[in-house]
Amino acid sequence: MRKLTLMSCVAAAALLANGAAFANDELIKLSKDPKQWALPTGDYANRRYSELDQINSDNVRNLVPVWSFSTGVLRGHEGGPLVIGDVMYFNTPFPNIVYALDLNHEGRILWKHEPKQDPSVIPVMCCDTVTRGVAYGDGKIFQLQADNTLVALDAKTGAVVWSAKNGDPSKGETGTAAPQVVKDKVLVGISGGEFGVRGSITAYDIKTGKRVWRGYSMGPDSDTLMDPEKTTHLGKPVGPNSGITTWQGDQWKIGGGTTWGWYSFDPELNLIYYGSGNPSTWNPKQRPGDNRWSMTIWARDADTGVAKWVYQMTPHDEWDYDGINEMVLVNQEARKVLVHFDRNGFAYTLDRVTGELLVAEKYDPVVNWATKVDMDKSSPTYGRPLVDKKYSTEANGEDVNSQGICPAALGSKDQQPVTYSPLTGLFYVPANHVCMDYEPFRVSYTAGQPYVGATLSMYPPKGDSHMGLVTAWDAKNGKIVWSNKEMFSVWSGAVATAGNVVFYGTLEGYLKAIDATTGQELYKYKTPSGIIGNVTVYEHKGKEYVAVLSGIGGWAGIGLAAGLTNPTEGLGAVGGYSALSNYTALGGQLTVFALPGK
Amino acid sequence: MRMTSLARALTLAVFCASGGAVLAEPPGDPKAVKKDDTGKYFDAKGNPTFNIGPDGAIDWFTYSGFRRYHAECHVCHGPNGDGGSFAPALKESLKRFDYAEFYGIVVGGKQSSGAGIENVMPAFGENKNVMCYVDDIYAYLRARGNGFPAGRPTSKREDKTPAATEKEDACLAGKG
Ligand code: HEC
Repeated sequence: MRKLTLMSCVAAAALLANGAAFANDELIKLSKDPKQWALPTGDYANRRYSELDQINSDNVRNLVPVWSFSTGVLRGHEGGPLVIGDVMYFNTPFPNIVYALDLNHEGRILWKHEPKQDPSVIPVMCCDTVTRGVAYGDGKIFQLQADNTLVALDAKTGAVVWSAKNGDPSKGETGTAAPQVVKDKVLVGISGGEFGVRGSITAYDIKTGKRVWRGYSMGPDSDTLMDPEKTTHLGKPVGPNSGITTWQGDQWKIGGGTTWGWYSFDPELNLIYYGSGNPSTWNPKQRPGDNRWSMTIWARDADTGVAKWVYQMTPHDEWDYDGINEMVLVNQEARKVLVHFDRNGFAYTLDRVTGELLVAEKYDPVVNWATKVDMDKSSPTYGRPLVDKKYSTEANGEDVNSQGICPAALGSKDQQPVTYSPLTGLFYVPANHVCMDYEPFRVSYTAGQPYVGATLSMYPPKGDSHMGLVTAWDAKNGKIVWSNKEMFSVWSGAVATAGNVVFYGTLEGYLKAIDATTGQELYKYKTPSGIIGNVTVYEHKGKEYVAVLSGIGGWAGIGLAAGLTNPTEGLGAVGGYSALSNYTALGGQLTVFALPGK
Repeated sequence: MRMTSLARALTLAVFCASGGAVLAEPPGDPKAVKKDDTGKYFDAKGNPTFNIGPDGAIDWFTYSGFRRYHAECHVCHGPNGDGGSFAPALKESLKRFDYAEFYGIVVGGKQSSGAGIENVMPAFGENKNVMCYVDDIYAYLRARGNGFPAGRPTSKREDKTPAATEKEDACLAGKG
């Protein structure tokens, strides 16, 4: 029965596919124009690469801030601005103001949209009221509000065109991710993994806001949109109701696996890619089994949502290593691959057509919770991480403090996106260099209340005094090429450019430029608040600009203080730590940089 | 316990509604003068507090408070009660007002706005993972405000008593 339904969906969608693609020609074109920054992810491949080269490794040291703009909101500013033609668009943390700024007049406000949201959503947003940006398509700007309402605004006027309810914030279902427009649909994810929310990704019709499909991270096949025979995991069919069979009882209903990262799209394969987050509660003893399909890389059909393949990176999570980080689509010779830097400290390269696992290597040498990922196809544990018992919070059990686990729950990298430069063939990874103690204990579930179940403390790895890295990564061979130290975690999305520079922000508030080949620091400028936003590069009237939001907050603001105010845990002689609050304060500001002169 | 918490919360609600302008009362001397059969310590006013024994051992509830605080509160209030970018340093807050006010805020939440930010502290009254440990968290934060070191307590500690386990189980099960 179910199989039949799925099949007919696919067939129907295939018929429609040709027509549907037209709606998106504009966006594909825009995303290929280096003068604009049309997608929150730079391009559909999530490379965040700019072809602009006016600013380059020789002259970037002359860069100056040319105009700036206060967002009027404090709190953590993640995400980054879009540039469409002469207009820049971005949004703020709660209350989620959307601004359209006129680039012809140094950021004069063309329109401003401030939704009315119940402030009771603020405390269910876990650590901060962040948002990761807006999306553009079909003459509209799309914002997923904190309260989980998806709103389409007229890009010219800011008037509300339609709105759709994507979830119920009173149950902890909130919105933080940037939507992504794919063909004639708007894709959105959901947040709330710490509240027992069952994750899903939903496609809305770009014209009407009507829901087209929703794929859950767990549950029966009709919810996960899996075909028991055709959807594969490591080359094998997933089998019936695979989103239930590795859970005890009804636990999948509050199973987590939220989807608050970034979404990529391969127009040729017509597949979208994204990752699902941690299973709920952080106490692994309370949820026996692999907890499929939390912690999973997904490939879904863009029209129907039907899953083509999945790969679960961290079965039965014991450390909060959400799998939501972005999937970067690149080609290695003839092969179409996907590269993903997971919270769990492994960088994965997969064949994105088939889901075959090609490379899984640590991108920070301190990663210790698993010795390696089993790459032996004939092994019963093929594709699984080989967990070091010493760091297994499951094996050590409830009420036991497992110590010295690397990375910390923040991950070797969190949502802050990497960038890829086709010039150097390297990935540039803004990274955390933090370890933790993790003590799980029993918790009970109440709808709309946090469902955590573990105590964490975080600190830099033994013997180190820095908590951040920017790492250049060779995804073909799974090797670190070089790695720059940063005092604090790097929580800002990077951009590589054809000028052979890489831009990123730091928690102290610096916008930095480094040489893409050597990693040498070429430029830095301290903005008013810590940077957890993503850099945008664009051209206007023949001049190249670099823009970034400042505004400390998010988990970074908290997790960082953790390591830096706690001079225990064997740091010993490493003194001189001081809290992030000695470097920066709350703020919300856009700063735009350019080379001096005409 | 459930009845009494509700009753206490109600009393507080009345107290708060009528006494908005009343100055908060500081908690007074944290010195433990009494211990009940679960191993919990109380100050002269009868409010929960921490205890450090002659051998340096901390009481079970303060240790438990460390754990619960770093599960339920630290994402907003920062590690060790030190404050974060999102919410105030509770180890300092607790010097301004007493146990009753602390309890009321945890049960009912708190909101304020100004200087460009809207502050919302959630209401935890329905959340057993918090309410069954509210005294533990209080004792821990009180200890922090009185010089107890940051980080995971490394000192010796008193064992958890069977009576404490019994009470915890009953509370989590929604009874007692
Ligand atoms: C989702 C974030 C969040 C969580 C989780 C949270 N709080 Fe709060 N809390 C706040 C904010 C924000 C304020 C400031 C409210 C205001 O200024 O009105 C606050 C204020 C308070 C205050 C009053 C402090 C003062 O100086 O007035 C107390 C007491 C408090 N919280 C206790 C707790 C305890 C105990 C926990 C854990 C059980 C906790 N909070 C968890 C956000 C949070």
